[in-house]
Amino acid sequence: MQQNRRTSRRSFIHTGGWLSIGFSLVPVWVKADISRNPDKKTEQPINAWLQVQEDGKVLVLTGKMELGQGILTAIMQVAAEELNCSIDLVHIQMADTDLTPNEGYTAGSQSIESSAMSVRNAAANAREILIEMAATEFQLPETLINLKNGNLTGPGKSISIQNLLKGQQLTQDLRIPKSYLSKSKRTLVGHPVPRKDLAEIVQGKPHFVHDLQLKDMLHARIIRPAGYTSRLESIDENTIRKLPGLAGFIRKNDFLAVVSTDEYQAIKLAGKIQSMISWSKPVQLPAGDSLKSVLKKLSADTTIEKQSIDWNARQEHDEVLSFSASYYKPYIMHGAMGPSCSVALYKKGELTIWTHSQGVFPLRKAIAGLLNLEENKIHVKGLQGAGCYGHNGADDVAAEAATIAYNYPNKPIRLQWMRQEEHAWEPYSTPMLMDLKASLDKNGKITRWHYELWSDVHGTRPGGNANNLLPFHYLYPEKSKPMTGFKGGAIRNAEPYYNFDQQKIVSHIFTGPLRRSSLRGLGAYGNIFAIESFMEELAEKAGQHPISFRIAHSTDPRSIACLKKIQELTNYIKISQGEGIGFGFSRYKNTAAWCAVAALVKTDPTNNINIEKMWAVVDAGETINPDGLKNQIEGGMLQSISWALMEKVGFDTNHINSLHWRTYPILRFRQAPALEVIIIDRVEESPLGAGEAAQGPATAALVNAIYASSGKRIRELPINKK
Amino acid sequence: MKQSFRIKVNDQVHLVHTDPETPLLYVLRNDLAYKAPKYGCGLGQCGACMILFNDTATPSCQLQVQAVGNASVTTLEKLSESADILHKVQQSFIEEQAAQCGYCTNGMIITAVALLIKDPNPSENSIRTAMNMVLCRCGVYMRVLKAIQKAAQMK
Repeated sequence: MQQNRRTSRRSFIHTGGWLSIGFSLVPVWVKADISRNPDKKTEQPINAWLQVQEDGKVLVLTGKMELGQGILTAIMQVAAEELNCSIDLVHIQMADTDLTPNEGYTAGSQSIESSAMSVRNAAANAREILIEMAATEFQLPETLINLKNGNLTGPGKSISIQNLLKGQQLTQDLRIPKSYLSKSKRTLVGHPVPRKDLAEIVQGKPHFVHDLQLKDMLHARIIRPAGYTSRLESIDENTIRKLPGLAGFIRKNDFLAVVSTDEYQAIKLAGKIQSMISWSKPVQLPAGDSLKSVLKKLSADTTIEKQSIDWNARQEHDEVLSFSASYYKPYIMHGAMGPSCSVALYKKGELTIWTHSQGVFPLRKAIAGLLNLEENKIHVKGLQGAGCYGHNGADDVAAEAATIAYNYPNKPIRLQWMRQEEHAWEPYSTPMLMDLKASLDKNGKITRWHYELWSDVHGTRPGGNANNLLPFHYLYPEKSKPMTGFKGGAIRNAEPYYNFDQQKIVSHIFTGPLRRSSLRGLGAYGNIFAIESFMEELAEKAGQHPISFRIAHSTDPRSIACLKKIQELTNYIKISQGEGIGFGFSRYKNTAAWCAVAALVKTDPTNNINIEKMWAVVDAGETINPDGLKNQIEGGMLQSISWALMEKVGFDTNHINSLHWRTYPILRFRQAPALEVIIIDRVEESPLGAGEAAQGPATAALVNAIYASSGKRIRELPINKK
Repeated sequence: MKQSFRIKVNDQVHLVHTDPETPLLYVLRNDLAYKAPKYGCGLGQCGACMILFNDTATPSCQLQVQAVGNASVTTLEKLSESADILHKVQQSFIEEQAAQCGYCTNGMIITAVALLIKDPNPSENSIRTAMNMVLCRCGVYMRVLKAIQKAAQMK
């Protein structure tokens, strides 16, 4: 492979042996433009997103992370479509602080809308510029030139893109392309192109950050406190340091870690040391009382989020019926199948971190603050983890591995959270209380709608702030402050996507007893569960079919199309004794994908619930990969019903006691219902994020179906109370 | 105290020198660099670490290296003869796109292979029962079911 010496602006980075992890989508030689500025996302030139390699293959770069949602394949699809080439000619480089644009967090169902569309623009721009260049090269009009599979051809002329570019990248700023092949040709986009990484996964090749094995790598484990606010009381460091098998013992205030050459020895040593020290009793958690009543009593920041102008001057005489109900969801956890893992190396003043964090750039900034290092000395490389569904332990384990590496330089340090650590220390989804009150007029129309919610914040991602990293509080206990968060998550989808004369929405944001952050859907899960349950309760009071009732309150044609489709899908079902169908619907964030869900449930005389089948209709605008989209909706439905049926984080006065899959069961194979997902594809529209679209509607459909099948109305989750 | 063990993994005899209580999972992943079996819980509750222990799907996190003896251990890596010749279960998983993050895929495929060895044409109920041992948080159960049914029909 020839290095191009022609320009000093470009440099090659040899990404080293770690690529033998088998992430075959990443070539060994990756070019880094050292003059780039990754943070100015909207001003990135073409080569920030797309580079042509010596062999003519195209490398696309994304700041987003693959979480199992298929985003890497989708991004390659849009690039290959615009370049009119086989997807086999496209590779991808995932989030890396040295190589890719800074796209913040992979969250909020935004990857298609942001990253994929940026790459699409870059690829369309590249196609147009390459054709312009070939026109000049061939001395032919552009209209006679074709780009296909990496070659530009005209009558009697042909040149490969790499020969045309002669080693230069396209550094032009992005302009609006004249056309998108995704909208016209659509040979890849809109088709169920198979995931490029599945072949490697089914063969068991190294794939995850967990599988990274570097030369001289050591294994670490953390010794954890008895609870969030526990302090180290007694420790005999001299005796600890003499333990056999210990390669290193790190103690910085209350941050304790062991390092060993052998992973199982590291686990045993951590356990041994834990038995040799003592921690103070943490501030006691409110374990004895009903959490619901505890939360209602907490002081909270109250905001009137929305209030119709004439709310206080309402007229009584239109109202024939007034109804109110309260709903509740508990703490639930991400519960990733692979507990969080990271590898870090501190050598010659440079810190390299391999992580499955959803945001490598904000993580770098936070770790710079944590360890008092300069950001340009920290290199954060994104590798895949297990599905995380939001902010789980990924950033914390990376920060802990970095801290250990910083204190134990020159050897790569691998830190793997144990299952109990992931369960007990990850940030959960906050409990929420939702109170609804509505009035119906004589035509069964909702005239007045009052929605009040109580919630903690929903997002405490590091976002560059070291205080939001778990180890900060044990490294610097005197500087420890409460983890700050994103209040907006609580009111996500609090405003119903329906039309009512009068609405008032009030939020109360408290600080709850457990650590919390973003879980798939954020507040939309609790809000839609409540709103959509309430809508069916009202529909029954109005004597209307639950779908007709929703349609009567909708003006958005795309909502109506979804609702009509879900009704059509389930209309034929003959309900027998003890069976019932329920529905749930929302437009995620009121700006992203529409999703309607139906559930068919049978309740037997002993009150056992059997979920027989679930349907979903999803409108995500222009569909990029229909199979990827279906996979997300199916998975979202199963996860949502798992939350609803059985999930609730348990804790005693000291700490969490939901420590593994027996103490925190989740949906298993035997319990999974048959699923059917229909996509409404709208090529002329913008693509919309759909990864979180099914969460709220699926739980609402389930509880509504349980009511329809048994007359039992569930307003508090989980459904299984044991 | 470390001891030496001869264990047969993927048709090869390996000599490992380790603490006898070390779960086979760590020996496979760290000493022998077989990364397919995954650490999911270390408690035998999730199936991420499944291997074939003489044709039976077994959690390798619960099996100490000293208990392996003369058994034949097979990991997912051994199922395909080459990148081009996949086991029919691997092939059907790709055809049905039966994965999202892929962390449970090792457990799913190994358990499915073991099931089909014992019961080449299983009913849906048999599949669900056999596979109940393997947890998936992304929610691909129904795709996996379809993939197994498809594999059962393949020659």
